[in-house]
Amino acid sequence: MCRLFALTSEEPQSPMMAVRALDVMREGHDGSGVGLFLSDLGGPLGEMKGAPILSGIFSNEGMKRLDQFMIGIGFMTKYKMSIKIPKSPPPGVPKRDVYLIRAYEYPETWEGLSQEELDYRLLMTRLQLRQMGEEGGDMIIYSFWPDVIMLKELGDPLTVAEYLQLDRKELQARVIMAQGRQNTNYAINLYACHPFFLQGIASMTNGENTAFVPIREFLSSRGFPGYMGYQSDSEVFTHILHFTLHRLGLGIEAYKHIITPLQDEDLKGHPQEGLLKTLKQSCRRLIIDGPNCVIGCLPDKSLFMVQDRKKLRPGVVGGRPGLYAFSSEICGLDATIPQRNKNEDFQPMHLDTALVDSERLEVKICSQMDSLPLPH
Amino acid sequence: MLSNGFTTPSSLSVKDLPWQIRWEKDKCSLCGRCAAVCPVHTLELGVFRKRLVSTPDLSQPTPDSPPATVYQTYQGIRQKTDPAYACVGCATCSLVCPNDCIMPFRTDETDKFRFHVNRGGQARNRGGRRNAPDAAQGGLLDQIKFPRISMLTDPALDAGRHEFELRSLLGRILPPEESLKFFHEQGWTPPVREIYPLMIGGMSFGALSPNMWEGIQMGVSYLNEEMGMPVRICTGEGGCPPRLLRSRFLKYVILQIASGYFGWDEIIHALPHMKEDPCAVEIKYGQGAKPGDGGLLMWYKVNKLIAAIRGVPAGVSLPSPPTHQTKYSIEEAVAKMIQSMYMAWGFRVPVYPKISGTSTALAVLNNLTRNPYAGALAIDGEDGGTGAAYAVSMDHMGHPIASNLRDCYLNLVKLGRQNEIPLIAGGGAGKNGKLAANAAALIMLGASVVQTGKYIMQAAAGCVGSEADRCNICNIGLCPKGITSQDSRIYRRLDPEKVAERVVDVYLSFDTELKKIVAPLGRSTSLPIGMSDALAINDKAAAERLDIDYVV
Repeated sequence: MCRLFALTSEEPQSPMMAVRALDVMREGHDGSGVGLFLSDLGGPLGEMKGAPILSGIFSNEGMKRLDQFMIGIGFMTKYKMSIKIPKSPPPGVPKRDVYLIRAYEYPETWEGLSQEELDYRLLMTRLQLRQMGEEGGDMIIYSFWPDVIMLKELGDPLTVAEYLQLDRKELQARVIMAQGRQNTNYAINLYACHPFFLQGIASMTNGENTAFVPIREFLSSRGFPGYMGYQSDSEVFTHILHFTLHRLGLGIEAYKHIITPLQDEDLKGHPQEGLLKTLKQSCRRLIIDGPNCVIGCLPDKSLFMVQDRKKLRPGVVGGRPGLYAFSSEICGLDATIPQRNKNEDFQPMHLDTALVDSERLEVKICSQMDSLPLPH
Repeated sequence: MLSNGFTTPSSLSVKDLPWQIRWEKDKCSLCGRCAAVCPVHTLELGVFRKRLVSTPDLSQPTPDSPPATVYQTYQGIRQKTDPAYACVGCATCSLVCPNDCIMPFRTDETDKFRFHVNRGGQARNRGGRRNAPDAAQGGLLDQIKFPRISMLTDPALDAGRHEFELRSLLGRILPPEESLKFFHEQGWTPPVREIYPLMIGGMSFGALSPNMWEGIQMGVSYLNEEMGMPVRICTGEGGCPPRLLRSRFLKYVILQIASGYFGWDEIIHALPHMKEDPCAVEIKYGQGAKPGDGGLLMWYKVNKLIAAIRGVPAGVSLPSPPTHQTKYSIEEAVAKMIQSMYMAWGFRVPVYPKISGTSTALAVLNNLTRNPYAGALAIDGEDGGTGAAYAVSMDHMGHPIASNLRDCYLNLVKLGRQNEIPLIAGGGAGKNGKLAANAAALIMLGASVVQTGKYIMQAAAGCVGSEADRCNICNIGLCPKGITSQDSRIYRRLDPEKVAERVVDVYLSFDTELKKIVAPLGRSTSLPIGMSDALAINDKAAAERLDIDYVV
């Protein structure tokens, strides 16, 4: 099983805070890998909010190809973070040339583009780089997006974090998501490692998505280039969220209605019965069958947690105003935020979405039985 | 025949017949029930002459010594060998025999009868099924396994106690973006029904006896109203009894319109009196058992009641044309027919075509994806059954359902329209009695709904048909169980109440078995349509063809 930990804090925090929480929960994961998503950044990268940041792993040859490619488009390096790694990696961690985190200036020719077009081009640039990397075996690309850093590597989370010296100011962030364990269902592949990211949306999942194949078939046939990959059955959760927000124009409150729609008897008394029935029928192919606990981050830096209909996976949200954490297990939460009112800890059940927005003042709970706020 | 007599080409011995009757003289009470009940009159009274040879006491011959040879006679039954009266193996004689002294047995070699069933130039005509005796190999659907068992990475579910929502949708489902748009604009969206994924396929009022029809309808109503299972039944081509058309039970019924339009006069006249809309309308363009051939109700079965409902004279054969006479192109005429049927119920009832399994199914499907009114596509494979057809059609024409369905589903995936046009698969599900496993396999290959007919006849009414060419006389209305007979002396044998009970039994046990399949796969929240990663087969070619795993 995977273990997940996410935190959202008023003050930028070191990613080590999340990695240590994973270490506390180590009985629940096999230490085969770690994935990190950092956003709402502190440090120097936090000051360049609009600049897209490229995260990935490169060989020296890959770096050359990357520079050539980016210069060709017109991207100029704005800020480069170098991770000086010891010569020999600890056991279980492969030797890499470069862990890259680099902010770029947009090409001049992109000036004046609409936000939508800009977002699309960033996505396409990432996908092109990913494809180049897959062909040459010299680059692994995690994200290319403003205010987002991602890092994934094989090996025990704490060992990897110490090896990469993650406890540094440049990596401090207000939103941190961390997952421990490589995906073991399919071949070991860093693209199968959580969290997954697409155009400002990230999610990570605990559990196995038994409805994976039909969902993958549905998403892959939407004609949207970002719906690809699927080295892990959990990647679809990120994409379903993207589909809900971007293609359907609905909010996070609707996400549960897409992945685990209400049963008919519950639908009957619901204030938006008609809408929910329409959603249930037309999005039937996106219904997950769990068991899954999903923790994700929205483009507005809100963090959320949902469970599938069976609610067979652990997950708890707790904290205090200014600092909240989402954790697979209470021991992870206890280790990170011991000073909190534990009575207010919340374990989302089969109807709930737990949300902490970027104000970080409270945990908002919305139930599927509540009226669904609709965008006007 | 005498040893020096002569034979005609069709002089057959009992050995040449497909079914041979063994009769035990010692146990027979000569009650005559077997001969009375035999639907094909193969049994006749036999008077047998028998010579007894005894050896007299030759040491003291007297004039009173009995003769060395004594002739005796005894009575019993004799099996006719005229092909017109050949035993069909139904074993109704065994059913009625008080002393269990009679039973038909299948011949141990290929019978000679098959070369002589075309007397008068009439090609063999029968009811039943394809008679492909591959039960020993299990048939393709039976060979499919479900190897993706939830083990330690995700818990398997408890089939007995977990909540399951195993429902399917019938009707055109719009892509999410469009359906939300229409919802907000309060525009028309195609009607969609939420139904149980096992549907009773089209068996007409006419093909089935009134008692059988009534029994199934009662069972379906009970399942809906007492058990909360939205089971639907298709009428087949033969209309619908007027009282049912005007009842609230119509909502459980899918009305079929086929190329003979039988019964539609009655249906159209009932339109203003309908309390409920029917579940859907099925336009039959083809049937798996006799693809490319129209429906057929032979004159034996067209009694007054059937004739009245169908709007035809009694006592004439009713062959439907192989195609709808107004159809010259799918682009225009089929689309128009679908729309006309929608119009009849104010665009509130889904309308979908049914075709027989064919290698041209993809062309039909591709066209339907561009027709926003097409509510589904039903495909009926070659193993489907029928009340009457030419044997050659049943035996050799058609397409197996598995690969036909899979091609269609994968094509929809390519177009991004999977489940928007639900695929309804039929023809062979439960052929060897494994209905739930076959249905689950079809669902995971891409079917939204599975249709079954023969299984219901066998399980709910005791049809004795088998893949060994047993009985198969549905066409001439002599069904010994009264399932497909229109003769009240025969169909009174069948108690509709008991049929209804059995329909309920079948569905409840099917439901348990389906849960026993999906629960270990970790599925409960939705029907696992297209979950092909859960399927495997130990036949490499089949695995490749169906794009599922190969396991040994």
